[in-house]
Amino acid sequence: MDSYSKRKFIISGIFLMVGLLFIVKLFNLQILDTEFKQYATRNVLRKTVQYPSRGLIYDRNHKLLVYNQAAYDLLVTPREVKAFDTLMLCNILKIDIEDLRTGLKKATDYSRYKPSILVNQISSKQYALLQEKLYRFPGFFTQTRTIRDYPYRSAAHLLGGIGEVNSRDLKRDKYYSSGDYIGKGGVEKSYEEVLRGKKGIRFELKDAHNRVKGSYRGGELDTSAIRGRNVTLTIDADLQAYGEKLMQNKKGSIVAIDPSTGEVLCVVSSPAFDPTLLIGRERGKNYSVLLKDTLKPLFNRALMASYPPGSTFKMANALIGLQEKVIDFNTKIPCYGAFFYGNRSLGCHHKNEYGTSLIESVEMSCNTYYCNVFRYILEAPKFGTVKKGYENWIRHLHSMGFGIHLNTDFPRGEELTGLVPSTDYYEKRVFKGMRWRSLWIISLAIGQGELGVTPLQLTNYTAYLANRGHYYIPHVVKAVEGEEQIDERFLKPQQGTIDSAYFEPIIEGMYRVSLPPRGTARMSRIPGIEMCGKTGTAQNQGEDHSVFTAFAPKDKPKIAISVYVENAKWGSTYAAPIASLIMEKYLNDSIMESRKWLEKKMLDADLIHKGVNLLNH
Amino acid sequence: MVLLGWTSIYAAVYNEEHSSILDMSQQYGKQLLWIIAAIVIGFFMLVVDSKFYVAFSYPVYAVTSLLLLAVLFLGTEINGARSWFDLGVVRLQPSEFAKFATALALAKYTSKHNFKVHRLNSLLTMGAILGIPMLLIVLQGDAGSALVYAVFTLVLFREGLSGVVLFFGFLVGLVFILTLLLGTGEVLAIVSIGAFLAYYFLGAGKKIILKPFLYVAGSFAMLLGVDNLFTLGLGWEYALLITSVISGLIIFVLSLKKRWKNVTTIMMVFLGSVMFTYSVNYAFENILQQHQRSRINLLLGKISDPLGVGWHVKQSMTAIGSGGVTGKGFLQGTQTKFKFVPEQSTDFIFCTVGEEWGFIGTTALICLFLFFLIRLVFLAERQRSVFSRVYGYSVACILFFHFAINIGMTIKLAPVIGIPLPFFSYGGSSLWSFTILLFIFLRLDASRLERL
Ligand SMILES: [Zn+2]
Repeated sequence: MDSYSKRKFIISGIFLMVGLLFIVKLFNLQILDTEFKQYATRNVLRKTVQYPSRGLIYDRNHKLLVYNQAAYDLLVTPREVKAFDTLMLCNILKIDIEDLRTGLKKATDYSRYKPSILVNQISSKQYALLQEKLYRFPGFFTQTRTIRDYPYRSAAHLLGGIGEVNSRDLKRDKYYSSGDYIGKGGVEKSYEEVLRGKKGIRFELKDAHNRVKGSYRGGELDTSAIRGRNVTLTIDADLQAYGEKLMQNKKGSIVAIDPSTGEVLCVVSSPAFDPTLLIGRERGKNYSVLLKDTLKPLFNRALMASYPPGSTFKMANALIGLQEKVIDFNTKIPCYGAFFYGNRSLGCHHKNEYGTSLIESVEMSCNTYYCNVFRYILEAPKFGTVKKGYENWIRHLHSMGFGIHLNTDFPRGEELTGLVPSTDYYEKRVFKGMRWRSLWIISLAIGQGELGVTPLQLTNYTAYLANRGHYYIPHVVKAVEGEEQIDERFLKPQQGTIDSAYFEPIIEGMYRVSLPPRGTARMSRIPGIEMCGKTGTAQNQGEDHSVFTAFAPKDKPKIAISVYVENAKWGSTYAAPIASLIMEKYLNDSIMESRKWLEKKMLDADLIHKGVNLLNH
Repeated sequence: MVLLGWTSIYAAVYNEEHSSILDMSQQYGKQLLWIIAAIVIGFFMLVVDSKFYVAFSYPVYAVTSLLLLAVLFLGTEINGARSWFDLGVVRLQPSEFAKFATALALAKYTSKHNFKVHRLNSLLTMGAILGIPMLLIVLQGDAGSALVYAVFTLVLFREGLSGVVLFFGFLVGLVFILTLLLGTGEVLAIVSIGAFLAYYFLGAGKKIILKPFLYVAGSFAMLLGVDNLFTLGLGWEYALLITSVISGLIIFVLSLKKRWKNVTTIMMVFLGSVMFTYSVNYAFENILQQHQRSRINLLLGKISDPLGVGWHVKQSMTAIGSGGVTGKGFLQGTQTKFKFVPEQSTDFIFCTVGEEWGFIGTTALICLFLFFLIRLVFLAERQRSVFSRVYGYSVACILFFHFAINIGMTIKLAPVIGIPLPFFSYGGSSLWSFTILLFIFLRLDASRLERL
């Protein structure tokens, strides 16, 4: 025992004092306090979230594309369930008694105290019936949710959808809580923060049976929900629907842009699917059908597929050649029906021993001409080495939007960068430390080989040609409610590296493509509209893909478009007619009588199967 | 006999926990496993020779300190604190185990031959023993758990630490709260007036009181005047700071010369308070995290925030308040079941007791804890070795701190600091660490006689 042993009383005293303080406070709280007496009568304070209605989506002509529709969920709190008429409930909801049992068991396993969803998205008719009889089913209650609906039943890829937040969303943004809906894909995703609005909170006093007994403190703490803002797209809904119809029974894509603004007019990926398939109770079932479909309808080809650009790429090489001064407007290169190098050759569909001119090279798509131009570009003495020449070539391509992320307003991850191989890429796979030789990568001259371009990039490049040297970043949203203008980046032109003075002969060549007697797209000519285009064939493992890219009118262009039809071989057979029909529809609003046969031919063409595709409408 | 008595109390605590955890359907199973593991650990603790604890105090302390350091780099972040090791099946929180390790190390140090608490050397060493884990835990972002170490002052008080330290601790707390409540300027004014009053009553007599007061007041007025005239932008707060600190320093130096012991002390306290006031403000704004700031502000009533932190406390009080005298009965609580109370099975477990068992239950629980704690104090007191005694007091004080803060926060008497209620709260780490903490002491107590 030491001299401080008395201090145990002081320490014990401190303990006792704190304990006593607690007891006094608890006495006050549990017995005396009147504010909590109110709750003692089994009333509980509950925080109810007020969900805002999600913003609507309109097309460029203010036609409604996406709106909200009420859906009803039936929830159950297992602890409060008493014996009830199971048969009656099954009859109202039109579900099996087995499903009801397993559903109830699942809910109980999850929690006996917390409500869980038993049946979701009940139709309004069933809901009305159920609401009448609900008092017979203690422990069950309904909750209203809004789901999306689509009057046009098109543009599913572009619009995206909404679905419950996942754990990643919850972690990333504190706004969400479990069970909330969030934009999944497309515009719904990239404009989520505009569309979602702001949740509100209402404090309610409820009794133990979850019945509302009134607001708390006269509602002074409540915050009201703020509805989501509406969004107007650059998309023309009729054009979009028409495009999807023309592409039915074909694989491929259409992307059309207004070159003067960068506004995307339509973006079709085929096979398309009806967006209403992914709402309602059949959602899960439909989704797995779409997912398993070998034609990959869920895959957005317009933004995510990467094809070689084929001959449509030749204009880029012509422009780079002019800019680097390795050719000029008067350059003539003889073509003997093929480009010969070493003991190999690369064929050409055309022949001109007296020398192909620049305009003719575009018009006739002369392979020989472009193989030579490509060599001149890479081997130009001013660069010293082929590798340096190649680096310079890439620089020009990037300025045309090839091989780069365009920074559009499509969700990141839904827009592919494409492939313009870097010097490292060829260093590793082709040259492997040896001296660079332009002939080894000669297929780049005619848009084949490793090159990968998305349909969106190809259209953007055509808009760049139409504008004679600049483009506007493609975007799908024209206006957001409550905002004066869209993002800055869409408003200023992206200036390319090629002087605008070099464009005229190339555009003249493209114009002649649509002219008889020898233009490859002469069948697709639209009387009264000066169209400039270029057909192409994208080499593929199987049957080649058909490509056509064009803009119109020749002066002050209003539309730039590219069409890919997979496994259709020639650009002139399907891609060009479809592109011309879209352009005609956009510029003239209807298809003239003399071209109705072409429209019918395109609509009827089936390149996928002889059977019926259930998912197309 | 003693052992039996303790085990029965322990079992009683266990049973209650058992029942209150029953309603957490998902966590119940896990918790049962942990309880079994805890019993195994407890048994193991009793089997080990008590000399082992004495001999291995420092190594255990060193290992846990290393673990605390390791968790900073390798740990998983939960709720903003990087203090967990995620081992797949279980998550361990080294800061829980650091408590008994620190208690062991402290006991070992104080039981050293010819140990004197007031020697500078020993004060520094003890400061280091407590400071290292505390610092590491603060670095993990878990300032709440670090506060536990403050309670060791109480242990040292028993070992002869001057009561003045406790008094100062109280003073520090008071200045801290006042600073946050009133702002630095006002506290400065209060401290200055307090210093003057103390000076007046304890000072060197009435003869010299008037003059310095007039000087100080005069220079304060002058400084204010100058400030107004030249618009230096000092404001009354800084004018007061400058005059009072300078005059304080002058009187301090004067008192040192003339050997007025009382005056010296008063001035030291005064200057210390002034510095502390400013450092509190700095620490509050810069060191504490937003959620900790808001919790303290809420407790002080400075902000009313019915949706954020306040919501938790409000809901917790509603749950407890709705219990009434006798409670709603076992498993009949509605507030807690609907998950209105956050982290209800961990930190807010007291709500369940309050709602389901009412005032009778809460009072019984508090009495049980008090009995348990005071029993521990008296058990500690009868130990023959200093090591056992210090360790026993550490156990009692740690448990007391948890008890006080955890229950205090559910009824708005303490800030919301996420620390568990011993033996009640859900969670393996805390249950095991309390078991280890307690059973080591039981083992030491059992070998009390062997030691003779
Ligand atoms: Zn040729």
